[in-house]
Amino acid sequence: MLNHCFLCRNEDLKEMLESSKESLKLEAMKRIVGLIAKGKNASELFPAVVKNVASKNIELKKLVYVYLVRYAEEQQDLALLSISTFQRALKDPNQLIRASALRVLSSIRVPIIVPIMMLSIKEASTDLSPYVRKTAAHAIQKLYSLDPDQKEHLIEVIEKLLKDKSTLVAGSVVMAFEEVCPDRIDLIHKNYRKLCNLLVDVEEWGQVVIIHMLTRYARTQFVSPWREDAVFDENSEKAFYDSEEERRVEQSKPYIMDPDHRLLLRNTKPLLQSRNTAVVMAVSQLYWHLAPTHELSIITKSLVRLLRSHREVQYIVLQNIATMSIQRKGMFEPFMKSFYVRSTDATHIKTLKLEILTNLANEANISTILREFQTYVKSQDKAFAAATIQAIGRCATNISEVTDTCLNGLVLLLSNRDETVVAESVVVIKKLLQTQPSQHSDIIKHMAKLFDNITVSMARASILWLMGEYCEHVPKIAPDVLRKMAKTFTSEEDIVKLQTVNLAAKLYLTNSKQTKLLTQYILNLGKYDQSYDIRDRTRFIRQLIVPNEKSGALSKYARRILMAPKPAPVLQSAFKDRDRFQLGTLSHSLNSQANGYLELSDWPAVAPDQSVRIVEVVEPVKEAGAPVFGKSKPGKSDEKFYSDSEEEEEEEEEGSSSEDSSSSSSEESESESESEENSDDSNKSSSSQSDSEKKKKTLKNKKLQQQKPDSKDRTKFFLMHIVLSFSNQFVASCRCSLLCLYVFLVCQFDTISWDVRVSLQASSPVFVPETSRELLHRMTGKGLSAQYRFTRQPCIYGNSMVSLQLTLSNSSDQALENIHISEKSSTGQNIHRFNAIERLEPQASVTVSMGVDFNDSTQAANFQLCTKEDEFSVSIQPAVGELLLPITMSEADFTKEQIYNKITKTLKLNLNEIPCGLSVWLANDRLGTGNLFKNNNLLKCYKYLNI
Amino acid sequence: MPVLDITLKDNALIMIHSLFLINNAGDLFLEKHWKSVISRSVCDYFFEAREKAVEPDNVPPVIRTPHHYLINIYREKIFFVSVIQTEVPPLFVIEFLHRVAETFQDYFGECSESTIKDNVVIVYELLEEMLDNGFPLATESNILKELIRPPTILRSMVNTITGSSNVGETLPTGQLSTIPWRRAGVKYTNNEAYFDVVEEIDAILDKSGTTVFAEIQGVIDACVKLSGMPDLTLSFMNPRLLDDVSFHPCVRYKRWESERVISFVPPDGNFQLMSYHISAQNLVAIPVYVKQNISFFETGSSGRLDITVGPKQTMGKTVEGLVVTVHMPKVVLSANLNATQGTYNYDPVTKILVWDIGKLNPQKLPNLKGSLSLQSGAPKPEENPSLNIDLKIQQLAISGLKVNRLDMYGEKYKPFKGVKYVTKAGKFQVRT
Repeated sequence: MLNHCFLCRNEDLKEMLESSKESLKLEAMKRIVGLIAKGKNASELFPAVVKNVASKNIELKKLVYVYLVRYAEEQQDLALLSISTFQRALKDPNQLIRASALRVLSSIRVPIIVPIMMLSIKEASTDLSPYVRKTAAHAIQKLYSLDPDQKEHLIEVIEKLLKDKSTLVAGSVVMAFEEVCPDRIDLIHKNYRKLCNLLVDVEEWGQVVIIHMLTRYARTQFVSPWREDAVFDENSEKAFYDSEEERRVEQSKPYIMDPDHRLLLRNTKPLLQSRNTAVVMAVSQLYWHLAPTHELSIITKSLVRLLRSHREVQYIVLQNIATMSIQRKGMFEPFMKSFYVRSTDATHIKTLKLEILTNLANEANISTILREFQTYVKSQDKAFAAATIQAIGRCATNISEVTDTCLNGLVLLLSNRDETVVAESVVVIKKLLQTQPSQHSDIIKHMAKLFDNITVSMARASILWLMGEYCEHVPKIAPDVLRKMAKTFTSEEDIVKLQTVNLAAKLYLTNSKQTKLLTQYILNLGKYDQSYDIRDRTRFIRQLIVPNEKSGALSKYARRILMAPKPAPVLQSAFKDRDRFQLGTLSHSLNSQANGYLELSDWPAVAPDQSVRIVEVVEPVKEAGAPVFGKSKPGKSDEKFYSDSEEEEEEEEEGSSSEDSSSSSSEESESESESEENSDDSNKSSSSQSDSEKKKKTLKNKKLQQQKPDSKDRTKFFLMHIVLSFSNQFVASCRCSLLCLYVFLVCQFDTISWDVRVSLQASSPVFVPETSRELLHRMTGKGLSAQYRFTRQPCIYGNSMVSLQLTLSNSSDQALENIHISEKSSTGQNIHRFNAIERLEPQASVTVSMGVDFNDSTQAANFQLCTKEDEFSVSIQPAVGELLLPITMSEADFTKEQIYNKITKTLKLNLNEIPCGLSVWLANDRLGTGNLFKNNNLLKCYKYLNI
Repeated sequence: MPVLDITLKDNALIMIHSLFLINNAGDLFLEKHWKSVISRSVCDYFFEAREKAVEPDNVPPVIRTPHHYLINIYREKIFFVSVIQTEVPPLFVIEFLHRVAETFQDYFGECSESTIKDNVVIVYELLEEMLDNGFPLATESNILKELIRPPTILRSMVNTITGSSNVGETLPTGQLSTIPWRRAGVKYTNNEAYFDVVEEIDAILDKSGTTVFAEIQGVIDACVKLSGMPDLTLSFMNPRLLDDVSFHPCVRYKRWESERVISFVPPDGNFQLMSYHISAQNLVAIPVYVKQNISFFETGSSGRLDITVGPKQTMGKTVEGLVVTVHMPKVVLSANLNATQGTYNYDPVTKILVWDIGKLNPQKLPNLKGSLSLQSGAPKPEENPSLNIDLKIQQLAISGLKVNRLDMYGEKYKPFKGVKYVTKAGKFQVRT
């Protein structure tokens, strides 16, 4: 019925569109736009709407454009009808019409018009109107996303537009550059100085893009200003208004900043005063990544100013300040009070401010900060109060003078009425005690007394661990706590149970007389627990501590293993490792690499050739800083009004001929700079970054060497076999298989670093193999050959699908027609087929993508590849690794996940490079560990190793 | 000719892919896509985060989903949720979304669900002009108004009858010049320029009334209606006061750097010329003091409240629009109070006590006194609630900033000029 009504209404709209009255048509279009805005489907009106594309009424036309852009993709054939109108409009004398025609033409995502788009873009890029040229720059990106094969031609257009003198075009063309060819840094050389000089006059959004691009550029072209031997005069802030003499003075010093480097810093500085928060942030990150350390302080004020802005802006800015404040406390210390929390702040803002205050804490200001924290602990926002307690813990470990004060304060909080506050205090006290054990047995006793009243499982687990770890300090209380736990064991949370088992084991080893029976009892309870983690742990502990003939050598060392001195956890900022990302980026905000993130390169050790940026004729740089508008300004013509850089633009035309040679030389020096030479770099961040990178690289190489495709598979199957046999045994007789597994895993872990994200979001793979495998040989395929390759990208057809790339080639001497995958699939897998290929010419090949849902199994997907005449049965057998999703997790998240930090080695493991044994182990459901796609068990298996 | 299955490069660098507008109740009432359509089911991740956050203010601005990133802002009870696919500076998107909201406000008087729904066609036309392929195109209000005329009652009536349009037919002149914020050919019979210096005091005072933290945030709002292409210069008596400034793009940075004057060609109409900051280092005058005593009793589930407000450093001016807001702890059920001046209101649902005092009379200080009744059996609240103060002082810039003169070049006529000062409380909080 409803459907019927809807149809009626559409009929009625159709009628209106076909009427001769403009006003009716307009009314109809307005209603259609309303439908689109609500997300309703109006695609069936396409034929009626498209007729009006040539209308004289501008508003009607615009609304038709809106409609076209929305539906052209779905109705490609009909959309073609409108193309000629746009082509005609591209020649219109009115620049607005030319521009909007290009905008719409390039927004219609119909592959068949790619050549027309290419032609129009080329034409528009030489248009007299800068507005049309700007539109052309935008169109470049659209065409590139529609057909990446046009890249080379588009780069030519970009090159041309980069030379454009109009401020209107600059932002848009750099945007196109960033998307199409961000690696073609050689295109920037000649335009570098022009871009720096134009920057102030470019519109705000363009400024952001240009600044980000120039940051990357500068990091490849200039040497680091952070060298130790660079002695800067601290009070030479005037260096910014840099006149020539000053530069000469600088030259006598050991480090000489490239004048172009200085130009960039000087020309971006005024933008710190922009009203646009994105611009201010962009300049701040530029200074952070490029400016000499002593000049950094000028960005502080501007960043603090942004804290007055909207809640969302505050959030991002605070995140960035948090990262900065770890490395340079001094920058923000004078503004400490700006980070004081207000009761009206949103929780995430409060937590970030707290983070920053903690980072800023030092001997001098700690008393002020602690006083401030006292107010926060009482906050009604309990999540925030808990975070404050964590922060106090961090201050206590970092500043030894206040450790005792903090500890006492936290002990006082134990009598707080609020459960979360008490629980959090317990957890933090536990960590603090670990840093300085022994002398605090009275605190442990006090916590034991509290134990009955605490219900938060994390806190209970913490107390139990403390009891076990320091049971020698509290010999009387610990067995009693165990006795109580034996009573309530079955109703506890998992982490509490695990810690009870630990406590029992430790007491058994130190005080077996009193606790032998209790331990036996608890181990028996654990043996039949519902959770496999607890069952596993119980079996493991039993084998370890209760000597019997099978457990062999290990139980001799049980005491040494369990009672080994554990290093104290390091309480550090959650923002510790964020500096691996460029500030101000989405990746920094998320603390994980976002799609399309371009890493900032390290400074080159030796500066590449500077002369590449020289534009012929006189050096323009020197005048740039000086011009000051006199009061007689209005005498000048409008165009030159705001821009003070017209002079140097004329020189851009020449000099592109030498570009090729210079670019190649610069590339060479770039690669040189990648060598280890710069490890003596004084700056911590860059050296540590490069260190970790190096580590990663060597690791990767090792892996690659170890696992050549073939041997990889073999090892995999071999290991799978072992693990499977383990598990069979395990089910049958649960002997010490887990122990073996444990030892096996520890061996694995020792050699690997581990990097897993808590939320288990897919990340982009570190390594995608280029090799493809044979699907169909040309002999069997009667000329048709097919190869496949796993792209390791999230599949666009469905979350559970694995994305595959298929290359089909025709090696016969006649064209093959109608290549497709047959509808019927012999096995149960769900396959997303590629669109049928109508015709494949001899010697031609085509690449298509498809998705297969392997149901998380390694069972081969069998299907029929058909041509017009033949059918070929083919099958794709996935390796287990291809079914897994790569995930990344920051070190901070990772340590957070650790309850008891006993294995100190930083485990970093990238799932793409996961050792086969482990991945098999994880993917294998029979072991009961669940599988990686669904839950956090990977983490659990790590915790599992926390004895 | 073979039709190839071209794999679309899915991770194209599109800044803003789609925009969804969602109201406070969780209804998605408008969607706009600048590229291929993204199913609105992507918003489920947002709804999930929204639910977890309880308060709309606590929704994280950046949300990660398996294939997209959602960056959202919350304004005027509307969530603007944008869908991002690749790396982009998050502030870029946030700033843009706020710009969109401001444009709606500018066009329709207010930015609310009903006005957006009523003007859906204009909203769509605006969004189309503001972003091209996900990259901001025209965000300057002066330009937009030339491209798409704001609705007025008269015009909408005329339009329905004659079928004429809201869309401008020529390219706005500003778009092409180096002064994109000003349209050409402006003409007024009365040429006038008004400047409002508005200062807000942000402060945290502790229990005893000592200043924990205080700073002044100022803005200069301008309303300039001048014909032609005027070039204005605004100078201050005491520009050194200004600690940190940010400007409308029309202001020439270099003049400010060298001469500390503000030189600019103004946009036509209302705009914010600059904002500035006077930091805690300088002594900030606190115009009022608050004597308060809020206590909760261990037994009897009740509490007492006693607040008195008095003038402190008002520079001889009257404090007006005085309002005290208290976010009470959850256990406070009702308040039985007596105000010597003004009215009070306690909302038992939001737990907010508002005492609207009005003008502060130094001879007879306003006082609010009485008892609070608490939920019986609940433990007494740990923390006393802090007080938020709102106030207004006319004809005073609390920092002492003074405009010296305004000069105009480039045009012959004599404009009418005016400057107004006002001081307000910003985030002014008294801890108890």
